[in-house]
Amino acid sequence: MTAAAVELVDVTRIYHRPRTSVRTAAAPVVALDRVSLTIAAGSRFGIVGESGSGKTTLLRLLAGLDQPTSGNVRVAGHDLAGRSARRLRELRQDLQMVFQDPYGSLDPRMRVRNLITEPIWDAPSTERAARLRELLDAVGLGPESGDRYPHQFSGGQRQRICIARALAPRPKLLLADEPVSALDVSVRAQVLNLLADVVQANGLTLVLVSHDLSVVRRVCDTVAVLHHGELVELGPVEQIYDAPQHPYTRRLVAAVPTLAGALAGIDAQQLAATAASAGADPTDDPAERRDWEG
Amino acid sequence: MTAAASTPAAPVVSAALRIRGLRVTAGPLELISGVDLDLAPGERVGLIGESGSGKTLTALALLGLLPEGVHSQGEVRLHGGANLIDLPERAWAQVRGPGLAMVFQEPMSALNPTMRVGRQVEEALLLHDSGTRRVGDGGRAAAQSRTLELLSDVRLPDPAEIARAYPHQLSGGQRQRVMLAIALANDPQVLLCDEPTTGLDVTVQAQLLDLIVSGAAQRGSSLLFITHDLAVLATVCSRVLVMYGGRVVETGPVSAVLRTPHHRYTAGLLDSSDLDRFRDRARLPTIPGSVPAAGEFPDGCVFRTRCAAATEACHTEPPWTGTQQHGYACWHPLDPAGSGDEGSTP
Repeated sequence: MTAAAVELVDVTRIYHRPRTSVRTAAAPVVALDRVSLTIAAGSRFGIVGESGSGKTTLLRLLAGLDQPTSGNVRVAGHDLAGRSARRLRELRQDLQMVFQDPYGSLDPRMRVRNLITEPIWDAPSTERAARLRELLDAVGLGPESGDRYPHQFSGGQRQRICIARALAPRPKLLLADEPVSALDVSVRAQVLNLLADVVQANGLTLVLVSHDLSVVRRVCDTVAVLHHGELVELGPVEQIYDAPQHPYTRRLVAAVPTLAGALAGIDAQQLAATAASAGADPTDDPAERRDWEG
Repeated sequence: MTAAASTPAAPVVSAALRIRGLRVTAGPLELISGVDLDLAPGERVGLIGESGSGKTLTALALLGLLPEGVHSQGEVRLHGGANLIDLPERAWAQVRGPGLAMVFQEPMSALNPTMRVGRQVEEALLLHDSGTRRVGDGGRAAAQSRTLELLSDVRLPDPAEIARAYPHQLSGGQRQRVMLAIALANDPQVLLCDEPTTGLDVTVQAQLLDLIVSGAAQRGSSLLFITHDLAVLATVCSRVLVMYGGRVVETGPVSAVLRTPHHRYTAGLLDSSDLDRFRDRARLPTIPGSVPAAGEFPDGCVFRTRCAAATEACHTEPPWTGTQQHGYACWHPLDPAGSGDEGSTP
């Protein structure tokens, strides 16, 4: 917890949309609006927000897959702005991603063995084979899995393959974009346990994006809440969960149905009413209007 | 609407939906076996289980929408009416809509992308009014104004504007509201919802759940709600069926089943889904392994390959213990006497 693994200074990202009218240009979308934050090395950092809040944009900027309109993104002391694709690739050795959809992010024609060792293709073959065994073991897949194809695995197993692949080049920073939202509850628990294990065992810095506050709370120690591209709240996860300050965070926490709450008699009507009154913000319902502005 | 009146209300209180021995097969594979359910009018029942447990297939069988090569057997009746399993395709058109209506998981693929959403709601109305009223300008105008009412009932802002939009112009939450408006258009006796809020933001989910429950309540519709989220289930439903391997393994009132589960599968789902229960950084309990592919479930107890308590006895199919309303099928149940209190799953 000494050095900063990631620093964002005043980062803004504006997307211009294609015009839909002859007379007026489409309004630009401010996906991130002057966001500044620091992620300490070795920390487990969560980013929470609803669709359209800018959380995926933020992750893409961290991975160097996108450039900010203004502001600076520094990863491990290196400024990402204005780097060539080749220099970015070098920096990405230390930075790996796990995506939301374990079906779409693995090439269906490659064997798992090649999928996992693809990031370290330039290592000697004996080293690659040794690393493969190590990684399959670390994510709880049998050694025979290497010869199979992605379609032969279930969603949870595929997410394990994605995690193994991400770990292959021994990254320092792991970026996970909604890694469990496509999974069933029982498998979700397995993958969350695995993520916590590999982060611990490899001393990684984890940045986890989720719309589900309870997932972030489970895995992370610090959380940032994004709303409309703005950073509205930042702090230790327990504090934000137990005593949210910003009205939007309050609404987010109140809208999550809990088993204990429901068994105590909170029905759908009460849940909606509580969520609405927790962070009364009658002027906007952006997630609902995002694509709908005539 | 008038459509509901076409089925004469039985004088005795009969089940809105009665399912007996529902089986779904694909060639030699048995995908669903022996599902029984009585859904009282206005009752809200949840169907829960992991993907691959047979939840969606059950709903599709009830609607007569099984894919090619997949067949259903058994008895499915609405208010003691004809058995829907034997219903010819022509007759189904009168059942889907006023009898059974469904909100699908993925609204983008369930809505027609080339049609304005208002027209899609109107279509549902006109199709079922056509028996009682000539479709002319009068019928069309009435359907249009009813469409705006339905869209505003699901609390879409500016219904007239939304009615003119195409599905791709709406957000996921808005699309799902339109789906709900279509499903409710003909005042269905039974509303089926298949993971209606999966993939939606939590605040949108809370609003939609409220709309589903209140929409069904206003019409006296029974609700069969499919989900894998136990907290959503407990928020919406009063009774639950836990499915695994195409079978109902446990059923009962939500509060009883989720407080003192008897089947080990139910207990496993509960433990692994409740992220808040273990406040410290202890490892989450999990159900080992994953759901087998269809047709690869073991014989005997379908859950035995993933169950920590499985023994030799589990190679034979466990008998049903308890009543049809509250019972389970397990050789090694937790708390068999039902003496335990809430949350005590080892």
